[in-house]
Amino acid sequence: MYVYDQYDQKIIDERVAQFRDQTARFLDGKISETEFLPLRLQNGLYLQRQAPMLRIAVPYGLLNSKQLRKLADITRRYDKGYAHISTRQNIQLNWPALTDVPDILAELATVQMHAIQTSGNCVRNTTTDQFAGVACDELEDPRPYCEIIRQWSTLHPEFAFLPRKFKIAVCGSTEDRAAIHHHDIGLELLANAQGEIGLRVLVGGGLGRTPAIGSVVCDWLEKEHMLTYLEAILRVYNKHGRRDNKFKARIKILVRAMGVEAFREAVEKEWATLKNGPTTLTEDELIRARSFFDAPDYAVLDRAESTTELQAACDRDAIFGNWVKRNTQDHRVPGYRIVTVSLKSTGYAPGDVTAEQLELIAELSDLYSFGEIRSTHEQNMVLGDVPISQLYALWQHLQGAGLATPNIGYLTDIICCPGGDYCSLANAKSLPVAEAIQARFDDLDYIYDLGPLELNISGCMNACGHHHIGHIGILGVDKKGQEYYQVCLGGSQSKDASIGKILGPSFKQEDMPDVIDTILSTYVTLRQEEESFLDTYRRVGNEPFKERVYAPTH
Amino acid sequence: MPRLIKNGAVVDDSWTALDHDTVAPQAGQICTLPQWLQLSQKKGSAVQLEPAEEPDILFEHLQEIALIVINFPVFTDGRGFSYARRLREHGYRGELRAGGHFIRDQLTYLRRCGFDAFQMDDESELEAALDSLGDFTEFYQAADDQPLPLFRRRV
Repeated sequence: MYVYDQYDQKIIDERVAQFRDQTARFLDGKISETEFLPLRLQNGLYLQRQAPMLRIAVPYGLLNSKQLRKLADITRRYDKGYAHISTRQNIQLNWPALTDVPDILAELATVQMHAIQTSGNCVRNTTTDQFAGVACDELEDPRPYCEIIRQWSTLHPEFAFLPRKFKIAVCGSTEDRAAIHHHDIGLELLANAQGEIGLRVLVGGGLGRTPAIGSVVCDWLEKEHMLTYLEAILRVYNKHGRRDNKFKARIKILVRAMGVEAFREAVEKEWATLKNGPTTLTEDELIRARSFFDAPDYAVLDRAESTTELQAACDRDAIFGNWVKRNTQDHRVPGYRIVTVSLKSTGYAPGDVTAEQLELIAELSDLYSFGEIRSTHEQNMVLGDVPISQLYALWQHLQGAGLATPNIGYLTDIICCPGGDYCSLANAKSLPVAEAIQARFDDLDYIYDLGPLELNISGCMNACGHHHIGHIGILGVDKKGQEYYQVCLGGSQSKDASIGKILGPSFKQEDMPDVIDTILSTYVTLRQEEESFLDTYRRVGNEPFKERVYAPTH
Repeated sequence: MPRLIKNGAVVDDSWTALDHDTVAPQAGQICTLPQWLQLSQKKGSAVQLEPAEEPDILFEHLQEIALIVINFPVFTDGRGFSYARRLREHGYRGELRAGGHFIRDQLTYLRRCGFDAFQMDDESELEAALDSLGDFTEFYQAADDQPLPLFRRRV
């Protein structure tokens, strides 16, 4: 993974000192609330319902064991002994004290971490495929590009006061696991007819109040131009994005208002001044960035042999076998598998992880996965490089710590924001809904029979729980001071991206498990052969679901 | 005489403040964009841009203008940062001043974008604000103060 040199460290250290001074001046009454707001947000600090919330950046979801141990330590010393993985692959602390935040940031800086631009109207943490570098369907590792973007966007002087937040995602594989169609900018690595790899640039995707799928603004961009092109897009947005209404301030609204053609022209015009300038990437820089993501020292293993070995182990222990089937994936290197550590066990908030679990995952990564860990936008963690021969031992450890719920990609692997229990923006609670659904559907055979299913819950329109792109999406709404839940169906975060359609009037919290039950049984009745929930929905549409869900009860 | 930060020090402002009502600004007075457009002699002129006024209209006269003020009515409106960069990228070498309500914590970013003068709402803050100009000594990006991005300078 990327390792700081003296320059990176200096920038991060200077940022800590700057925020320490800003916090002191704020506490001293020398900075107003309004002026402190963007300063603290751009250091990840929200003032929430219960306490401040600190969002720590995990650049493109990559962590090492030392960082995980430091995070565990921080949650114990400054918080309540647990952390939360966000849908931007970041890590959130729910209970730090404002006065401690400069110290927490200083602690983070000692392990090359920070909370820069995890909030605020600026370029946020760039996200990518949680299986980057190890996926079988990868064309090129997206992480070097993410790191280059991280550096370019970190404390960018021109783009710290944009009309609204700005999110970039990069995908380098056939299947899109980074939801690039739903980002302000989505970058897709792809090959041209000559086999050279370049970038396709999508702009104006997003969730929130006005969900939109990104439009192709540039079909093919040579890699060296990545940063100057991004800079041109950001400049058009900074100058022309709406600032009069925060709900219309995202770039998707600008792209829609201008039309893609006019938007592209405006970008090209800005780009003309920047193109081939000093920000053009050099071959040396691309080589340097890639060098941090070189393959670790894999053992040379025989694919057939390790497959047989794994099969035998699965046959010996059916519960282990099931976990392997559900929570591990093929790795591009023979003899290895990718393991997803499930943070979705019933009774615990989706994405929450305790200090003890963080330390255990750190230790397991050192033992079995080259000391690296990934956080996922589906709010789980991943050990990317586990030798097949070690899977059983790893599983036993995970099982003992409640980290092996075999539900990855199934109904109970719910994406869920912290909602009204923590977040001051929320209209409704989201965690109790997730828990009630997980509790109702605790029959693993039934959830496996339902097949791959993404259920996403957001507590408000800001859509941190990505409800629009869940196959089933749930949105908390406020109806005359009461918490209600709206359901949408048919969303998808993959390359066949779509935005869920609202089913109809919203429901009370206690009715949600029944509503989901009816939706699922409708699917089971209507599905043909191998159809997934999404396939069936796309074939039959909203109507049959609507009829059943809103049928008068007898 | 009003004071401001210029080239890293607190100095007196030698320009006469903008007067929206005047039809004929005197020499040495800062003009609004509409007033400036009416000037027959652009040499040595001074003009203030508001957030909705893009700088492109000035490009033809960048060699003649002595002072461009970019006004920040609210500090969270970041359009002026891009305007400054565009002016510098198009060869403007005169004084580029940030005016209005911005905060000292933005000074490093403003300077990096090409501003060399800062006229703050609260003059009593100027001396203290000088410290904020030194918040950072290293940067990743190319900008007006450092034409090469870090990746072209790493050793």
